[in-house]
Amino acid sequence: MAITTATETLNPRTWLYPTPRGLYCEPGDFYIDPAFAVPRAVITHGHGDHARPGHRKALATPETLAIMRTRFQDMPDTEQQALRYGESVRIGEVEVGFAPAGHILGSAQAVLAYRGQRIVVSGDYKRRPDPTCPPFEPVPCDVFITEATFALPVFHHPSDTGEIGKLLRSVATFPERTHLVGVYALGKCQRVIRLLREAGYDKRIWLHGGLMSLCRLYQEHGVDLGDVAPVSEAILETFKGAIVLCPPSAIADRWSRRFAEPIAAVCSGWMNVRARARQRGAELPLVISDHADWPELTQTLKDVGAPRVWVTHGREEALVHYARGIGIDAEALHLAGREEEDS
Amino acid sequence: MQAFARLLDSLSFQPARNAKLRLIETYLRETPDPDRGWALAALTGGLDFSSAKPALLRGFGQEKIGEELFALSYDYVGDLAETLALIWETDPAAGPPPTLGEVVETLQRATRTQTPAILKRWLDALDSTGRWALLKLLTGALRVGVSARLAKQAVANIGDQPVDAVEEVWHGLEAPYRPLFDWLLNGAPRPSSNAGAAFLPAMLANPIDRAELDALDPAHFRAEWKWDGIRVQVAASGGLKRLYSRAGEDVSGAFPDIIEAIDFEGVFDGELLVRRESAVAPFNDLQQRLNRKTVTPKMLKEHPAHVRLYDVLWLESEDLRGLGFDERRARLESWIAQKERPRFDLSPLVSFADWAELAAKREEMRADGIEGLMLKRGDSAYVAGRPKGPWFKWKRDPMLADCVMMYAQRGHGKRSSFYSDFTFGCWRDGAEGRELAPVGKAYFGFTDEELRWLDKWVRDHTVNRYGPVREVEQKLVLEIAFDGIARSTRHKSGVAMRFPRISRIRTDKPAAEADSVDNLLRLLS
Repeated sequence: MAITTATETLNPRTWLYPTPRGLYCEPGDFYIDPAFAVPRAVITHGHGDHARPGHRKALATPETLAIMRTRFQDMPDTEQQALRYGESVRIGEVEVGFAPAGHILGSAQAVLAYRGQRIVVSGDYKRRPDPTCPPFEPVPCDVFITEATFALPVFHHPSDTGEIGKLLRSVATFPERTHLVGVYALGKCQRVIRLLREAGYDKRIWLHGGLMSLCRLYQEHGVDLGDVAPVSEAILETFKGAIVLCPPSAIADRWSRRFAEPIAAVCSGWMNVRARARQRGAELPLVISDHADWPELTQTLKDVGAPRVWVTHGREEALVHYARGIGIDAEALHLAGREEEDS
Repeated sequence: MQAFARLLDSLSFQPARNAKLRLIETYLRETPDPDRGWALAALTGGLDFSSAKPALLRGFGQEKIGEELFALSYDYVGDLAETLALIWETDPAAGPPPTLGEVVETLQRATRTQTPAILKRWLDALDSTGRWALLKLLTGALRVGVSARLAKQAVANIGDQPVDAVEEVWHGLEAPYRPLFDWLLNGAPRPSSNAGAAFLPAMLANPIDRAELDALDPAHFRAEWKWDGIRVQVAASGGLKRLYSRAGEDVSGAFPDIIEAIDFEGVFDGELLVRRESAVAPFNDLQQRLNRKTVTPKMLKEHPAHVRLYDVLWLESEDLRGLGFDERRARLESWIAQKERPRFDLSPLVSFADWAELAAKREEMRADGIEGLMLKRGDSAYVAGRPKGPWFKWKRDPMLADCVMMYAQRGHGKRSSFYSDFTFGCWRDGAEGRELAPVGKAYFGFTDEELRWLDKWVRDHTVNRYGPVREVEQKLVLEIAFDGIARSTRHKSGVAMRFPRISRIRTDKPAAEADSVDNLLRLLS
């Protein structure tokens, strides 16, 4: 007679499951990236649809907590617990640890162990190198929960250097015009600055005021952004030939009227698809994404080797289909509060 | 090919006309023959490869990633060529990418069975932009916001010539247009203009309504029926005979019956119709004859084409465009009286004393085959383009019906993230009481703002999803305008609308009060 182990009999959906407030871990009585304020939250990273204010207790990496304090007025009412990559802590009956996710500064996969079973909640991640955070670490597990933002075979993000090259070529071709580069304030902004620096661009990079505080925070965490300054501090500056970073929404805003015949460049994984790029009014679409593309997603399923995969936010259908095709027991996991945002 | 791909890529993201011109001019100056000539042919719609059908591309995609993933990808991207370009991966071992000239010349020689292998090799060698451009070229739908006219403007600009000078020699030239570039850039003599059978840019009318008419003096205007066919130009000279669409596209190939019947020299403006005995057949019948490479004898017999003449531009070797409409009309009438030509007849003038009388005639005229009235000033010269003042079109009022939205589908291209294609229905008695039967589908008529509203409404009122299609609550009444209605065996409701569009969103009207299928059937007579 075969010996049945706990791992085989325990149904993971009995101890980790979606609720209207977010993904809930019952034996630890905590939520992961909840959409609403809860008594105890585990936060994978600082983006707005994962990190929200008002939790009584929040567990996250020190960097993510710093980002949250910057965004949420110091969060005096939240009891904050910092956990570094590789460390773990016990909450209720569950062992909780963090592994790097390679998404943005401080981004982590939550590694949950309960009765010999391990579930990895990857949050958002990517696999290509990012000068602003440590790379994604595959953690072997029984259940892997993956994002699916760009989970279609049409998404092949080209190399970062090639895309930054496009921007620099355009700056050289139109030296009399301002290049307005639309970037998400957290992560994308700082990564694009670093990529420009690595490509040898050492001039001052101008920033929309809304990007300043997070850039300062990155600098405090040792990410060298070089000479950056807010547009509001410019004196006698024509911005001809300048690179100005701003939130994508600011490109079409009255704010942008001060620049010289601006060229709208938008950095996002969505720029891969023409109709999307045109919808955003991008004249220079740059495919730079903080999310895994299709080859990275499919490679990750193989690297992690989990027999079960739950797919969240994005194009679940395609990834579920692919995973089942390679013998993985995959299903979509519908989570509340996940929207398509700048990626 | 990569340079051409970069050009198309930049054009597709560049909204400004002048910047587009600059991009094309730069490309034409910097690219050697024959590539630039082939590029010009591509931009003016002069390249046609029947070797790459959508089915072939779909087959490639399905072979690469499987049917299901390909379907999901295509549904998301909304464009077949782009989908395939994105899912394909460049093979570093595939060798250098082809030039545009190589692509065109190879495909012109290749047999149907050779094409797929050649195409795969190119897809392997090109990058994703190159693949996109190649596939756009092969499927004949560049859609980079460049009209043939704009491309001709660019080529005229590089030689400091007016665009009409290029237009005049255009129909005597063939891709890759070496004599054209030699003339414009290298001081060679101007190519012969081949005058007679060349397309002469058409004169177009502005829309007008009853209220606006009162500002005009009826004595200055002539009225004629606006026939519901296709506006064409018949051009014949020096043994050449051509039939052009009003945009200058040569459609002679699809209408050999018209071409054979040309036994004169001159250029005429008219309406292409299908005519049986003396009656004009519905537009549907004409549609059967359009966009065909070859025409079967059966087609010719059952759907005989006919041109109803409005105007004469040239007669024999005389240019009449500078004359007033009345003088041209007199010339046209005496010419047509000279000889019986079964394939050609004259569109009659509609007499009227004042606008009220004309309005009454317009109301009475419910016959199929008439779209409304044309009003032309008696002294109007024939001028290319759409000048304000001399010509007006006074279309028949559309029919209206209140229908209920049933399904919505995401659009393609620019609208690929919007639910913009709406299926709507009318009430009828079903087995289980009153039910909605779909009567049509509309994807325009609304403003961008209304589209955003409709898109949100669909997302908020979805009851079922079937792939790209959402079934919605049967709650929203849409006022649909349409130009005609016909019985149809292909539609469940038994009726088909012509040219349906959304004229108003009737949030004020309860769905139960929308029209019934029976109401629509009453419009049939």
